Amino acid sequence: MIKLFKRRTRIAMQQVKKKKAPFTYKAYSKKPKHKWLKKRNAQERRFKRAGFIAILIAFLFLASLVWNVFSNGYSAFTEAQIRLPITFQADLVEERAYRKIVQNSLLEIFPNVKDRKEKRALFSLASRNAPHLLKELIETNPELIGNKEYIWIPTSSAVSIFYKQRLYEQAKRGGKITPSQTSWITELARSKNMQLKFNTAFFKNGDSREAEQAGVRASTIGSFLTILVCIAMAFPLGVATAVYLEEFAPKNWFTDFIEININNLAAVPAIIFGLLGLSIYLNMFGLPRSSSLVGGMILALLILPVIVIATRNALQAVPPSIRNAAAALGATPTQVVFHHTLIYALPGIMTGVILSISRAFGETAPLLMIGMVAFIADVPKTLTDPATTLPVQVYLWANNPELGFVEKTAAAIMILLIFMILINLLAIYIRRRFEIKW
Amino acid sequence: MIFTSINITNNSAYSGVPNRPCPMDINHFGVTKTFSQIPAVFKTAFFVPKNRINNIKPIHNFKPKENIMKKTLLSLTAIMALALPLQAEAGEHIQIVGSSTVYQFITVVAEEFGNSTNYKTPIVESTGTGGGFKLFCAGLGDSYPDISNASRTIKNSEEELCAKNGVKDITEIKIGFDGIVLANSKKAGRYELSKDQIFLALAKQVPVDGKLVDNPHQNWSDVDASLPNVRIEVYGPPTTSGTRDAFVELVMEPSCKDLPEFKAAYPDKNIRKKMCHLLREDGRYIEAGENDNLIVQKLQSNPRALGIFGFSFLDQSVDIVQGSIIAGKEPTFENISKGSYSISRSLYVYVKNAHVGKTSGLQEFITELVSNEAAGEYGYLSDKGLIPLPKNELKTMQDRASALQK
Repeated sequence: MIKLFKRRTRIAMQQVKKKKAPFTYKAYSKKPKHKWLKKRNAQERRFKRAGFIAILIAFLFLASLVWNVFSNGYSAFTEAQIRLPITFQADLVEERAYRKIVQNSLLEIFPNVKDRKEKRALFSLASRNAPHLLKELIETNPELIGNKEYIWIPTSSAVSIFYKQRLYEQAKRGGKITPSQTSWITELARSKNMQLKFNTAFFKNGDSREAEQAGVRASTIGSFLTILVCIAMAFPLGVATAVYLEEFAPKNWFTDFIEININNLAAVPAIIFGLLGLSIYLNMFGLPRSSSLVGGMILALLILPVIVIATRNALQAVPPSIRNAAAALGATPTQVVFHHTLIYALPGIMTGVILSISRAFGETAPLLMIGMVAFIADVPKTLTDPATTLPVQVYLWANNPELGFVEKTAAAIMILLIFMILINLLAIYIRRRFEIKW
Repeated sequence: MIFTSINITNNSAYSGVPNRPCPMDINHFGVTKTFSQIPAVFKTAFFVPKNRINNIKPIHNFKPKENIMKKTLLSLTAIMALALPLQAEAGEHIQIVGSSTVYQFITVVAEEFGNSTNYKTPIVESTGTGGGFKLFCAGLGDSYPDISNASRTIKNSEEELCAKNGVKDITEIKIGFDGIVLANSKKAGRYELSKDQIFLALAKQVPVDGKLVDNPHQNWSDVDASLPNVRIEVYGPPTTSGTRDAFVELVMEPSCKDLPEFKAAYPDKNIRKKMCHLLREDGRYIEAGENDNLIVQKLQSNPRALGIFGFSFLDQSVDIVQGSIIAGKEPTFENISKGSYSISRSLYVYVKNAHVGKTSGLQEFITELVSNEAAGEYGYLSDKGLIPLPKNELKTMQDRASALQK
């Protein structure tokens, strides 16, 4: 018995050894037997190569975009500060002349500056918002009045960029930074009275016309308030519409008509929804202009058709056997939907909703019509407060003439991209974690 | 045979997902927790691919799972309900719309105002002068702007629109001047141009040998032999821009309207004016959008080209671009404020008198706007490139602002 088995295996092994090399594409492409075969193989290779090049080009575009944003924007996360001997003279604090205090301390370091024009150049070393920082400092620490303190003060953005990027060569050719300012900065840097610090203002502040004080806090909060309203409105409405159309509505010309309309709405340009919002929400309902409430409601209209389509697809993917089984056990149609169909469709619905929210997150066009594309410095606290969103902030900063806003724009784009990636990762996670394959 | 063909210990092989405890599989039977604890004999009998198990719900242990849905819906409606009672307080924010040129300056004042007073920071929208008046004149009340910025004076048609909607009392306040510059990259030489040369280079139609023809000039040297032999390429604002309006009015019109060829071709004054305002469309004048920064960037990458934009942008990019000398004068702060640089225009804000006292802080904001510290000769607006008014004119404007308080 064992002998027989051994012999059989030996024969089998021999057969395997004798077998010709299996058919491979490579073998044919090396030694073509026929002309037509050669042509076919060349065609295959060409197509492969074209596909590879297409991917390569797409990747290059992406890489250059990321590189461009990163190389412009990384410097925005640091800011230059100078250490000034600030004397809080009681009379000046009384008069709230904090600007004077800053100017006095600059003159204390560089007492030789006499010319009026030179003085202006000297005073512009410190941030124009420095007096407001001092004011806040005094309000929280009133015991400082009458004392002399060394305080790190942010510089103006032109000085900050000059210091960060070492633009001494450019300064020689004439630029924003004058030769005397260059010498002062060199002096301050040599005496260790100048430092680079992590730019907390960028995360703590709202919009500002001084680049060194401009931050993304107001626009990020505005974005989240807007998206909150958007979800609160679009999710229940969209899911309810889809459930009704898919599970309850009779199939007739009217529901077909609605279906076609929903599919068309998904392709309507965003600006149209802005006009719709302007005429309905603002002019008819009288809701407050520039508020995140109205912005969210408009974005909800924008993503509603997308949510309806995604939900319907998710519901269609649930096999009819589930519905039949539930019905067979005596569930009413509503029970079938809410106990079974909708539960199984939920992961698909959530994925669709999250992806459409990431679209809403990046929209600016519809917000233009309702006044959200505006200079709004205060951080919004309620839904009716004036607010901007992150992409709007990017757009506004890109329009500002000051050099300092170039890096701020890129940095804001980086923040926006990070949020986008997080939202998309969430969608991928939900799909992977909860998806049911039938 | 069956045992060997089905690999039970690795249940993930059937569901296609990583091996992890499934939240609702066997638990419903109330027997065991995971697959590996079930004796092998039972496994075959009970085994169904995991995703099927999800569907098995013993009736005695049935827990309706729509709770999740209910919770989500409930919390979302709660958020909605929370949002509704928050009505905006009347006239809390000053709303400003209008010219994108004035936006650069009035936002600085708005920020300063928000920082130094207890009033909220005004909201400034950059809609363009025309778009601003359209919103401004739409009516009185909280939902309409309090102030409109303009890089020109209000038109009759706009005043009529205002009056039709009940906006009758408007105060005009001039805040300063803005120069329009023709600039190019510092990598190339500085241009010296006259208005006539600019007209001949950029107009849609120019007179050649007593006849009006479509502009034939290809290079600057075709316009005038003294100019360099460089292709004409000018980036500038589109027709919707106030800067473009001012440019054609201040540069093209004076050189064009008295030319005998134009007079002969367009005897009607208004039509002639319109024809004079046309810029060439053969790719030599390139509309670069409302974003002046974009023009500066294009000049940096294309040293042969010239760009048309506001002085404040030149002022912020002096290390990249240089302003051409026009009619013998360089576009500098001093030349524009003296009035010797010829392409400059006034900037205005328009205030609704009826809103004064209703929108909190409106009169204080206007006072701040025309104060010596802001719009004065050494005010902070001049740091941003605004050319200040002469002293006596600023005094007039300050009087107008204080008159608003009554």
